[in-house]
Amino acid sequence: MSLRRSPLAGYPGITEIPFLTMVNVRVRPTGDAAARISERLGGPLPVVPNSVVDAGSRHILMLGPDEWLVVGPDGDTGLPDLLREPSASVVDVSANRTTIEVRSRDLLEHGCTLDLHPRAFHAGRCAQTMIARTQVILWQTSDEPVYRLLVRGSFATYLADWLSDATGSTSSTG
Amino acid sequence: MLLISCPWCGEREETEFHYGGQAFVAYPADPESLSDEEWAQYVFFRDNPKGAFAERWVHSAGCRRWFNTVRDTVTNEFQS
Repeated sequence: MSLRRSPLAGYPGITEIPFLTMVNVRVRPTGDAAARISERLGGPLPVVPNSVVDAGSRHILMLGPDEWLVVGPDGDTGLPDLLREPSASVVDVSANRTTIEVRSRDLLEHGCTLDLHPRAFHAGRCAQTMIARTQVILWQTSDEPVYRLLVRGSFATYLADWLSDATGSTSSTG
Repeated sequence: MLLISCPWCGEREETEFHYGGQAFVAYPADPESLSDEEWAQYVFFRDNPKGAFAERWVHSAGCRRWFNTVRDTVTNEFQS
């Protein structure tokens, strides 16, 4: 697929996970459509704000009271059709964002105003916020810690530049 | 910088929000019977209290939901 171009391909110092399949789902949380969607996904749609539920190789991020983002691996092309429901909005937004993996809390804290200490933010949590003035979905996948930043493709180079720059300042201060 | 409590996302910084003006300004029940002056009152005129003020905010950089809250216009303290 030569048309697929990752904005951070070959970027030094930043781990990118390109081409994840992302599907935005908007549905009434208590309705039958939501129940059918979660049954097909094999995991419940999370109802706790800013939480993530794992459903096999896929992850369901709660973005709002009636909005979820289902993230699957690269090549999960059947996902939009799997979730399709007459009374739900199911939109393939894979091309909207790319994913940057960051393994340092210190680094993120240079540009993020959220409290990322484990007492407040841990694996299985997500948040929509600003990092370095860029709108991101911040998602902690592991307590090591490992964070994923889901950022719009057009902002990815800027954010990667900023993170590379901030990496320099964290290492110099220990 | 205000710390604003979004009902879905929790406490976030003011820069993530946009202001939506006075809350609970109801659309006129019988709009066709309004005079120009009454329309002007509805469209342009808002309360400007010194003290508690019910207002709308949208968490535009987060969950993008609108919500109502009460802010003290003297101390900037959010009361709900």
